[in-house]
Amino acid sequence: MIDEFQILPEAASRGAYAIDLIAWALLAISTFFSLLIMFAILVFIIRYWHRRQVPRESRISGKRKLALEIVWSTIPLGILLVMFFWGAVVYVEAHQPPVDPIEVNVVGKQWMWKVAHESGRGEINSLHLPAGRPVRLTMISQDVIHSFFIPAFRNKQDVLPRRYTTLWFEATEPGRYHLFCAEYCGTSHAEMVGEVVVQEPEEYTRWAAATEKEPLAQRGRRLVDRLGCLQCHGLVDGFQTGPPLNGLYGKTVPLENGTTATADAPYLRRSIIDPQADRRAGYESVMPSYEDKIEPDQMFEIIAYLRSIKDATGPLAGPDTIPEESPGNSNSESANGEGG
Amino acid sequence: MKSGMMEHALNNDTNYLNDGTTLRSWLLTTDHKRIGILYMLSITFFFFIGGAAAVLFRLELMTPRGDMLSPDAYNKLFSLHGIVMVWFFLIPAVPNVLGNFLIPLMIGARDLAFPRLNLASWYIFMAGGLFTLLVIIIGGVDTGWTFYTPYSSTYANTYVILAATGIFINGFSSIATGLNFIVTIHLLRAPGMIWFRLPLFVWTMYATSLIMVLATPVLAVALALIAVERIFHVGIFDPAIGGDPLLFQHLFWFYSHPAVYIMILPGMGVVSEIVPCFARKPLFGYTFVAMSSLAIASLGFLVWGHHMFVSGQSVYAGLIFSLLSMLVAIPSAIKVFNWTATLYKGTIFLKTPMLYALGFIGLFTIGGLTGICLATLAFDIHVHDTYFIIAHFHYVMVGGMVMAYLGGIHFWWPKMTGKMYNEWLGRINALIVFLGFNLAFFPQFILGYLGNPRRYHVYPDEFQVFHVMSSLGASILGVGYVLPLFYLIWSYKFGRSSGQNPWHARGVEWEAASPPIKHNFYEVPVVDYPAYDYPPAGPDFTMSEGELEPTSPEQPQRRITSSHGT
Repeated sequence: MIDEFQILPEAASRGAYAIDLIAWALLAISTFFSLLIMFAILVFIIRYWHRRQVPRESRISGKRKLALEIVWSTIPLGILLVMFFWGAVVYVEAHQPPVDPIEVNVVGKQWMWKVAHESGRGEINSLHLPAGRPVRLTMISQDVIHSFFIPAFRNKQDVLPRRYTTLWFEATEPGRYHLFCAEYCGTSHAEMVGEVVVQEPEEYTRWAAATEKEPLAQRGRRLVDRLGCLQCHGLVDGFQTGPPLNGLYGKTVPLENGTTATADAPYLRRSIIDPQADRRAGYESVMPSYEDKIEPDQMFEIIAYLRSIKDATGPLAGPDTIPEESPGNSNSESANGEGG
Repeated sequence: MKSGMMEHALNNDTNYLNDGTTLRSWLLTTDHKRIGILYMLSITFFFFIGGAAAVLFRLELMTPRGDMLSPDAYNKLFSLHGIVMVWFFLIPAVPNVLGNFLIPLMIGARDLAFPRLNLASWYIFMAGGLFTLLVIIIGGVDTGWTFYTPYSSTYANTYVILAATGIFINGFSSIATGLNFIVTIHLLRAPGMIWFRLPLFVWTMYATSLIMVLATPVLAVALALIAVERIFHVGIFDPAIGGDPLLFQHLFWFYSHPAVYIMILPGMGVVSEIVPCFARKPLFGYTFVAMSSLAIASLGFLVWGHHMFVSGQSVYAGLIFSLLSMLVAIPSAIKVFNWTATLYKGTIFLKTPMLYALGFIGLFTIGGLTGICLATLAFDIHVHDTYFIIAHFHYVMVGGMVMAYLGGIHFWWPKMTGKMYNEWLGRINALIVFLGFNLAFFPQFILGYLGNPRRYHVYPDEFQVFHVMSSLGASILGVGYVLPLFYLIWSYKFGRSSGQNPWHARGVEWEAASPPIKHNFYEVPVVDYPAYDYPPAGPDFTMSEGELEPTSPEQPQRRITSSHGT
């Protein structure tokens, strides 16, 4: 954590350097034009001070005036366009899904951050990450709008109720950094803060594994069983009511309305909550909404399960794709224990 | 001509101020000048209410812990500060005080087109303002001035609906004023006052009025929908009952971004009047400055999405809004360059209004350039919702608009009261405001880049030094805001007479007596000269206040043609 006086924040992610570079360019442009204006004003005040006898007669001709107006409109326009493209490129890159990221799930609520790692380990108001690996957060709010902000990563994303937003970054420097809620969310908004702990990859793996809880995917599998999803999904393709779940995650799927969608976390969540919204082409609209039956934590578990079987090709995702579980007795515990 | 001057001098004992001195004569007046004064008193009152809230939370922010205010008290204070300052000071400041007072004088009219609507707008404004104050007294509101849903519509336990009602009521006052100005500028211009002879102040008022009339209803709709959701639980913004939380942000910013230009355009108008007068030179690039106001007003409607770059709106929307936001910088830059160029080969006097105007140009430039920073998508991701934003919009709103408002008050004070304030106090105060402002808000740029989010009453220790600087600057700024209250009132009571036109300014408003008579002009002025027809100031030209006539022999006298029968 930072203690001493500083003017520039620490930079601890790959994206941070790109944004700092833009910041320096913007600072240079701003300083240049501010000084230009202030310098010009100062020079004119001194030179044309009312007590000074200086030639003032020759005024600028109409043609030269027009030329001046054109010059001081187009030069800034050029600079603005350059900055627009530069900022846009970095912004678009920041919104490209990362390759093979570590997935972390975040629930924001008044006034805490609840984090669930795929290993099953959870934490509150802190976020452990490995350095040197892209990490993607899939986030949702249980109440109002929050915003997940890590200044050292120069990264921020609003966290919305009943909608997934995602944020990804690649931490470069192990260390401890601030985590803030940036969107005003009520009484203790300023206390909805935490700590991001960036660790060496091995250290992170050890940290994540140090839990007695089951991995998210395994809990998700249990939920899928309990909710009866497989009665319609997951049978042999072509003879079933709903699309098969294995190999679904990450695939581009055709929709009933003629467009396509990528079956990522936001899409999958929407399809469970509101099955008619983006219905797959070729399937009947028979699925009811599961909105009231699934807590946000549980939704993450189901999606973790779907992710774990994204490369499965068989007719039904079997227990071999996830760690063995002891059937029966642990069912109720896992479904209710974490969800709260 | 000489007799015209004599006539003014002879009739100087009756003017709009002493033509009726009862409370009734003020509260039932339809004189645009008196209504302007009523507005001035009212917004000064609201300004100090909003300022008091700022004093309290800046005190709290001196330390990183919450040792003076509870979180809820802090949240209510910044909400109060935002709501009061935006709707009950910044938006009405220049339009309703200076605009009301000056538009008819500047275009050579006897009054606004709808004098009774004008008075009604003040009553509506006061109703909205006092209602909002009442809400604060009974418990306040903690949603921030932005009322983001679903916090405001479902979760906040404070008086959201009532506060929204206060703002809703106030909106009608804005619309009435805007409408009145548009009609007046179209229909009541004096003979010869063609559009391109209008002072730029009138042009900016026109652009501002268009925004007021077109954007304010959208705010009313957004606030009404919050009330509908809170009272009837109709799912509009809260996704828990089928609404969309981002819809509110779209509606809110569709009003509130143009509203930002309601707050800054009039300031630009004031500066466009002051700079030529104290440079003794026509404004450089009149047409460009006039058209840039309309460009800002129209582009302003197309950039609201830049408040939502990290809200989860689509990347493509982000790209378009970023590009359009960049474009707003062009007309703004045109203005700044033209004001600066006006100084070239001028004859420059650094009187109090000029100091404020130059302060405006400097601070607005910084505010505008940091606006470009924020329009740059990738940069905004980091500084969005941090103190960087706070610093940026205070540079525009306070460094820009409040400086311009004070500059305008000091410039037209002789016109409004016929009295002159102490010039040195005025100059020193302009300096105090400038320095205090920079100390208060420049550190907040750094705070923002360091990552201190806005609306935090507690913060990590390493940010403290910047908060302390900011609070110190704010207290200096506070002095700069209180001082004019005293020396201006003192000058009104005891100050020496300013004469009709102490600055030897060339606008039509200076043809009227200072203070003007009830119906402004003895004879309807006929305008056969362009705006800002400042002749070159000869070597003998001086600007010592309190003289009735220009000292320079080359200074041509303005023709006041009598057009009898009008």
